Amino acid sequence: MKKLLVLLTLGIALYACSQSGKQGSENNSRASIEQQPSDYDPNRGLGKFDNVEVGDKLDVAMAKDGKVIADLKCASCHKYTDERLVGPGWSGVTAKHQPAWIMNFITNPDPMIDKDPELQAQLEICLVRMPNQNLSDEDARKILEFMRENDGVK
Amino acid sequence: MAAATAVSLSFSACRPKGAGSAVSGNAAQRTYVPPGQYDEFYTFTSGGFSGQMSVYGLPSGRLFRVIPVFSVDPEKAWGFSEETKPMLMTSHGFVPWDDLHHIESSFTDGMPDGKWIFANSNNTPRLARIDLTTYRTSEIIEIPNTGGNHCSPFTTENSEYVIAATRFSVPPDGPASDVPIDSYKENFKGHISFVSVDKETGEFDIAFQLKTPGLNFDLSSAGKGVSNGWLFISCYNSEQSHTLLEVNASQNDKDFIMAINWKKAEEYFKAGKGTKQTNVRYAHNKYDEHTHTATHEIKTEVTVLDVADFDDLAYLIPCPKSPHGADVSPTGEYIVGSGKLAALIPVFSFEKLQNAIGNSDFESERYDGIPVMKYESALHGEVEKPGLGPLHTEFDDKGNAYTSFFVSSEVVKWDIKTLEVLDRQPTYYSVGHLMVAGGNSKKPYGKYLVAYNKITKDRFLPTGPELAHSAQLFDISGDKMELLLDFPTIGEPHYAQSLPADLIKDKSLKIYDINNNNHPFKTNGEAEARVERDGNIVRVYMTTIRSHLTPDVIEGIHQGDEVYFHITNIEQDWDMPHGFAIKGAGNSELLVMPGETQTIKWVPDRVGIFPFYCTDFCSALHQEMSGYVRVSPKGSNVALTSYTGNK
Repeated sequence: MKKLLVLLTLGIALYACSQSGKQGSENNSRASIEQQPSDYDPNRGLGKFDNVEVGDKLDVAMAKDGKVIADLKCASCHKYTDERLVGPGWSGVTAKHQPAWIMNFITNPDPMIDKDPELQAQLEICLVRMPNQNLSDEDARKILEFMRENDGVK
Repeated sequence: MAAATAVSLSFSACRPKGAGSAVSGNAAQRTYVPPGQYDEFYTFTSGGFSGQMSVYGLPSGRLFRVIPVFSVDPEKAWGFSEETKPMLMTSHGFVPWDDLHHIESSFTDGMPDGKWIFANSNNTPRLARIDLTTYRTSEIIEIPNTGGNHCSPFTTENSEYVIAATRFSVPPDGPASDVPIDSYKENFKGHISFVSVDKETGEFDIAFQLKTPGLNFDLSSAGKGVSNGWLFISCYNSEQSHTLLEVNASQNDKDFIMAINWKKAEEYFKAGKGTKQTNVRYAHNKYDEHTHTATHEIKTEVTVLDVADFDDLAYLIPCPKSPHGADVSPTGEYIVGSGKLAALIPVFSFEKLQNAIGNSDFESERYDGIPVMKYESALHGEVEKPGLGPLHTEFDDKGNAYTSFFVSSEVVKWDIKTLEVLDRQPTYYSVGHLMVAGGNSKKPYGKYLVAYNKITKDRFLPTGPELAHSAQLFDISGDKMELLLDFPTIGEPHYAQSLPADLIKDKSLKIYDINNNNHPFKTNGEAEARVERDGNIVRVYMTTIRSHLTPDVIEGIHQGDEVYFHITNIEQDWDMPHGFAIKGAGNSELLVMPGETQTIKWVPDRVGIFPFYCTDFCSALHQEMSGYVRVSPKGSNVALTSYTGNK
């Protein structure tokens, strides 16, 4: 019985993966199908953002707004420390990833999970695909600024 | 494709003799919508005695959704959640069921505009408006002075008004309605309500009612094009019988189609010619997509105009015999009366009708004060020997009419101008209403016709005494109608509306923006999740996201408390509802859409531990999406606490 459950769970997880194209918006899923694996840039990620300019110093107001959005839309699954909840903790994320990668991932999670080797590895640990929380470009930028603050940028 | 065809052929070889041969060879191909591809039409179909409305795709006949309207639906918590309970309130209190008869699109310039779908309830008379962005019932208004709202929800050319006319005449509401039933002829009256529709918001308002003799109103169509400004209503029981209608209401050779000059009625209403009736009580319920909550109010006033007080409001056209459909051709020139006990179909001419009115070419005697036309002076012609039991007529884009015949169980195609019968195809079995895509509009889309059959018998694998009603899809693009597909339906569909998918599919809402959620008990992020007690009322502010509920440990609840679970789904991704159910709850589950807040009330009846969980599979860890409530005896000193994960 236990074995069956495991198989079932695996089956479901696989099913969830195979359905991923459908979960994103139509345009995104089409883009992810057309793009060849070799085209994928693991530093940039997959999405509309190429070069995201961030300042040397923190934009305090933007970071403050970012926390309000993150508290509502992200904090259910991510702690701001390095502790994993549903997903990984946020501490150190801005050192690990380029700003464009972060903004592409949080605005376009499903197609990117399908392409990104690190996200694929995370999925095996977390088993929950990061939800698309319908962030505007502006929301995403503000969350990035809050992540920078969280990582010690003053 | 070859395989699919082969399967369909071998299947049809097993059909009862006669039925299979009606299907053409490539029917499977013409109804097959490959995986991941879309149907050409949405078809909104009445659910009859289920009280609901279902949404199908054509040509596949696939069911996409059942929208709860007049009946409770525990799957969707319709009528069970605190937010939706007010939608089913009436002047009689909470009514959990009704009989949803007909469906009509909202129209602009005689064409479906894809904003709303209207529906009527026949038992406790009401009118509903369904929003085509949320696919939810947004509004329900009760109709006073009315026995059964059958002749509804047909609308005028620009949906200025939705019509609600009584099938069962009754004495007007109020204390004076306590009369002997055999005083029908003296005391029973018909009422035709003109319910205005706000062009922007869609909001209903009963603008005015027309009081008529005690006739039974069956169906109606508004004029369009040349006949815009008029309304045509089929009337049976011109005998004004009150008992054994099967026999007593079938005595006269001809009943009537009532022609109403509604623009004139509107003029009189606006000029203050109506009488305010203040002894009515009717419910007006609205659902707000920002507070995610419905409101219910009782209204107590309606304006009534008695048609007999005016010479130029209403005219009666004799129509054989107990007419059901009164259907206006796309150009508005012709009115088709389908006398369900008649052996012919009379087609009336709007132009002749106008001439007869202009010349006062009436019968010498009025019918309870209403002028009666001479049959011949309004008649364009009769379709001879069309079949038995004509019920309802729709039109295509090429000048043809299609009439359903219940008794002879067939659909008959005929030419509107020449009245010549062009084709007939059997239906399985006993068709009631039919629907041509856009067949009640100024420019029908044509292509498909669906026959809504009343009898199913052997069409599907048997499921005991009770069977799903059967719909049959015909291709009407050629000279002959071709049967393509049978499909089962929800309840008893009386009518449907097909809308091109392209007209509405991109307007379909994907999520509720959580930043626009103004629900008074919204939980704005997990940090705000909490439990609050006020006397014996406990409010749980709970959030859901893949895949946990917050809080998921709750203690300090007492037996007999009124516990309200206000669930806010903080997901913002399409197709990510979460469900909520708790053991022993005497109502239903909740399904909470992304960004929405919904509430279920729970009164624990015993001490113990009560699990709750998400009912809608949401992720690989869905099975883990659960929690516990501890219920202690009344007056217990267990502290009110709640948390998820770490205390």
